[in-house]
Amino acid sequence: MTTSAPKKMKETERITGHVGPGRGPHSMGMVGQKSQNFRESGKRLLNRLRPERPKVIAIFIAATVSVAFAAIGPRVLGRATDIVFAGAIGKQLPSGVTREQVIEMARARGDEQIADLLTGVDMVPGQGIDFGQLGAVLLLVLGLYAASSLLSFVQGYMLTSVVMNTVRRMRDDVEDKLNRMPLSYFDRQPRGELLSRVTNDLDNVSQTVQQTMSQLLTGLLTIVGVFAMMISLSWTLALITLVTIPVSALAAGLVMRRSQKQFIAQWRRTGALNAQVEEAFAGHSLIKVFGRQREVQARFDEENEELFQASFRAQFLSNLIMPMMMFIGNLNYVIIAVIGGLRVASGTMSLGDVQAFIQYSRQFTQPVTQVASMANLLQSGVASAERVFEFLDADEEVSDEHHARLVKDAHGRVSFENVSFRYLEDTPLIDDLSLAVEPGQTVAIVGPTGAGKTTLVNLVMRFYELNGGRITLDEQDIAEMRREDLRGRIGMVLQDTWLFEGTIRDNIAYGKLDATEDEILEAAKATFVDRFVHSLPDGYDTIVDDEGANISAGEKQLITIARAFLANPALLILDEATSSVDTRTELLLQHAMAALRTDRTSFVIAHRLSTIRDADLILVMEDGAIVEQGTHEQLIAKGDAYANLYNAQFTGPRNGEAIALGAAAAAGAG
Amino acid sequence: MLYRVVRDYLRPYKRDISYVIALQLVATIASLLLPSLNADIIDNGVVLGDTGYIMRMGGWMLAVSLLQITCTIAAVYLGARSAMGFGRDVRSALFRRVASFSSREVAGFGAPSLITRNTNDVQQVQMLVMLGFTLAISAPIMLVGGIIMAMREDIGLSWLVAVAIPVLVASTGFIISRMVPGFRRMQRHLDDVNQVMREQITGIRVIRAFVREPYEADRFGEANNDLTNVGISTGRWMSAMFPTVLFVMNASSVAVLWFGGLRIDDGSMQIGALTAFITYLVQILMAVMMSTFMLVMIPRAAVAGDRIGEVLATSSSVVPPEDGITEVTTHGRLEFDNVGFTYAGAEHPVLCDISFTAEPGKTTAIIGSTGAGKSTLLSLIPRLFDVTQGTISVDGVDIRDFDPEALWQRIGLVPQKAYLFSGTIADNLRYGKPDATEAEMWEALELAQAKDFVEEMGDGLDSEVAQGGTSLSGGQRQRIAIARALIRRPEVYLFDDSFSALDVATDARLRRALKPVTREATVLIVAQRVFTITDADQIVVLEDGRVVGLGTHDELLATCPTYQEIVESQLKAEAS
Repeated sequence: MTTSAPKKMKETERITGHVGPGRGPHSMGMVGQKSQNFRESGKRLLNRLRPERPKVIAIFIAATVSVAFAAIGPRVLGRATDIVFAGAIGKQLPSGVTREQVIEMARARGDEQIADLLTGVDMVPGQGIDFGQLGAVLLLVLGLYAASSLLSFVQGYMLTSVVMNTVRRMRDDVEDKLNRMPLSYFDRQPRGELLSRVTNDLDNVSQTVQQTMSQLLTGLLTIVGVFAMMISLSWTLALITLVTIPVSALAAGLVMRRSQKQFIAQWRRTGALNAQVEEAFAGHSLIKVFGRQREVQARFDEENEELFQASFRAQFLSNLIMPMMMFIGNLNYVIIAVIGGLRVASGTMSLGDVQAFIQYSRQFTQPVTQVASMANLLQSGVASAERVFEFLDADEEVSDEHHARLVKDAHGRVSFENVSFRYLEDTPLIDDLSLAVEPGQTVAIVGPTGAGKTTLVNLVMRFYELNGGRITLDEQDIAEMRREDLRGRIGMVLQDTWLFEGTIRDNIAYGKLDATEDEILEAAKATFVDRFVHSLPDGYDTIVDDEGANISAGEKQLITIARAFLANPALLILDEATSSVDTRTELLLQHAMAALRTDRTSFVIAHRLSTIRDADLILVMEDGAIVEQGTHEQLIAKGDAYANLYNAQFTGPRNGEAIALGAAAAAGAG
Repeated sequence: MLYRVVRDYLRPYKRDISYVIALQLVATIASLLLPSLNADIIDNGVVLGDTGYIMRMGGWMLAVSLLQITCTIAAVYLGARSAMGFGRDVRSALFRRVASFSSREVAGFGAPSLITRNTNDVQQVQMLVMLGFTLAISAPIMLVGGIIMAMREDIGLSWLVAVAIPVLVASTGFIISRMVPGFRRMQRHLDDVNQVMREQITGIRVIRAFVREPYEADRFGEANNDLTNVGISTGRWMSAMFPTVLFVMNASSVAVLWFGGLRIDDGSMQIGALTAFITYLVQILMAVMMSTFMLVMIPRAAVAGDRIGEVLATSSSVVPPEDGITEVTTHGRLEFDNVGFTYAGAEHPVLCDISFTAEPGKTTAIIGSTGAGKSTLLSLIPRLFDVTQGTISVDGVDIRDFDPEALWQRIGLVPQKAYLFSGTIADNLRYGKPDATEAEMWEALELAQAKDFVEEMGDGLDSEVAQGGTSLSGGQRQRIAIARALIRRPEVYLFDDSFSALDVATDARLRRALKPVTREATVLIVAQRVFTITDADQIVVLEDGRVVGLGTHDELLATCPTYQEIVESQLKAEAS
């Protein structure tokens, strides 16, 4: 359609901010969409991991062990605290008495509290800290932590390749699918939409899966592990901490739902503002000359303010989650400190246990928040996956694998037999069209825009399937050939020039991948590419792309013609191939094209009728039907549609009056 | 640059920011107090078995927690408002600056680049500012406060802090230094993959026509593999990050217990300080880690800041006069006097010594090969660029002395690329004349030969047009753009190759319809096809930026070799 679409894509892509998998918490609202069928699409996404099953199991084991070790750590560290505590207290007591005696003595003094406290401490009066035991315990803790970290690394290490390879396969599937889709699909689907599916959505899947898999897994395991440890330390305290789960989840959910909404609004507003800025900048000079700057400014300010409001709310709300969780954590911390302190004082719990418990409770709120936010992120990832699956499920082209390969070269006899075709179900475009073209003939197709000229040649290429009748090449139905065999014998220069990002040389060589440098040069010379290439600083190594700011529209056309020239096909289709080339160059080009067309069947579509006068057969199309056919002379003599078109073109605004150009030509030539 | 942008545009939020700092200070101190209070509970409550004290201190801890969250929420509120307000202000400043630019500056930066700067780059800097309000303020306070508190708890163990910090910085710094270039490479490969995908979709017909599907699949497979490989190696470094940080923190706790145990044993440290010290150490290390992350973000934002600063530091090369002329008596006489134009920094002029006069009621055509300077010449008239030599005057007044709005009011421009704005057909026509009635719109569309297809569009004047007009065909777009200029009824019409996408019959009808409308006006037409301008009152032949012929069609045929060549090329095509 137009070249501005891909450019726009690039921009929006940048706006939606793909930074690589290291994004912060703000990526939550990145693709603000909900899936239609979360469960099914989620399951399908998980199924995609199947080829990696052994690794997935290993990851699961590594994660479980790592989390278990990490969960035991504080418990053992608590024992170390106990040893220190015992030593500290024991040292203050006289040696030579037993622990029981000391407690007795305390009770005898009426110091109940001290007595209670001491019953909870495993100490030997008069003896300081047992450093041998402390060292052993600490070494054990260090070992546990080291093992846990190592396993966590191993888990992440494997997971990375699992996720990356899964996404790679998904990308490959999308790529394969692209090649099996009928062209009509690409006509129907807005280009930006499709591009967004195969790029933005796929990236989003990759990123969210990468992030959520690891964090969801360890988060859930940590909750279980830590809770188990807390229960083993103290039922009461564990239950108190357990209350924080629903409280945190509720609070987080409440805020997140709101912030999610604001994030969606923020991205929508960003998109809207972006569109406006794009429009204002792209139409910069027009807005100026039409004196519309004030209105544009006002609209921008309005949209800018809206974006401010949305992003302010989104940022405020999303930044609330952390402090809120911290507060709930602190609250829990206070309660545990108080109750724990009381229980240590009463001797029902050791200080080390309380300390371990405090550490556990700190570890507890974090994974709860993590899991809550991952659930959100997962939503967005699954929604994207769903859109990719939708594409993968779309109807494909009829397979042609079973057709025999074609070996011999084509002669180039093309015939249409009662061909009917329509793009839309209820609007027939071409109806019952028959036509025979002999090998070596040049067929010109003329007529107003929308008459079906391009469609006709697209049908020869089998870009679309017929609704009726058949087209044959050398008496063989093209529907019974392999597409590659058919298209490999046809060279086509399209109305919309298309260059990929690469050098001019590579773009020409696209016509024949194994072309030698000489062949490329020859094609470039014949099509006048060589002439302007020399004025470019890097010559044939100049990088061009589809937006091609560095070369003009006419020059782009010349490159695409060179491409077809190099391909040297049996059949040639030129669809408005020289419309942007200036007339002086076009004239030269015509000679080259004439050489290319000799001995080849060719179809030529042109606006400038001068370029097709010497065609063997001219077809005049109107509303999908051929209304006239014959040679130039025949049709002029007939004085109907073609003659009218022809006269209109060579008659200037001095209506009806034969132009003075003819005389001038004589003068010029003479 | 980043610093200057941030400094300049945060100025209006000075007061809010000072509140944020104060609030963060209080909140951070509050969170630092918590472990200390806990230590008190253990030392004075638990160890002495004083339950009353435990309850009292528990109450204090609760109060401190409440204070902390209140301050944090207030700080987040003010911080988010200031940071997002900052973003809004920078966007607005950029937008206004670009609006003041002439086409020269816009072309210099390129519209896509300006768009990115106006949105995405601002976003980058804005996020850094936001992060600054939350992290950059609290992390140092946390760090310094944590160190002070830790030292207060026990000075003898503070050397552990001095060891743990560099260990953490070195290990995370090492991993990050591996990760960052990886991310950059990953982004590049991701761009490649998306580029191939995009090209396969945009070029699908060419790919199929040349049967290049296998080749494209290979190309994609390669890009996909590259991306996957870089993604895996970067992801592996990333998966080392978290375990490393955790291990350093845990190992520090273990070290505190051992060395703290030694100090408790010789009586120089209290048992409660041990727990507090561990908590402070973890807090310090967290602050260090956050700062490391923040430091990683700065280079990216700095690039964005530079790009923003660059636009803000550029001023327009076309300066409107202080007290522009708004009224003149005669109408539409356009005079080029020895006009020249050279792009800034370019060696050769685009236009040189151009002199001619376009009279009201007359049509002046401009012809010449691609790159001859035709479009540039037209864009000098509405001052999209300013001449670098000579003068252009309208009705005897140098265009640089006009009030720009008054000048533009006189001009109806139809650009080479028929750009339409998103909105309805009517919205687009209103660009030409804001108060146009429906009847006027239909009249303009009819003149521009656009009435038929607009009527068929279902919603007529209210039919939506996509941005850039991509939902219409090239010819339809051009006709709407022509109607947009016609509805203005300007004194000077500038048609920049505006009929190129029209088929011949439409072109002829359009020109006939234009005749009566432009009878009084000055018309300048840039054209490719000679037969469309043969009846112009004068034809300017441009070659390499100079006028090589000036006269009517017949005069030029007799005298101007370049014109003869152009005519011949078009006739030979016809005659051959």
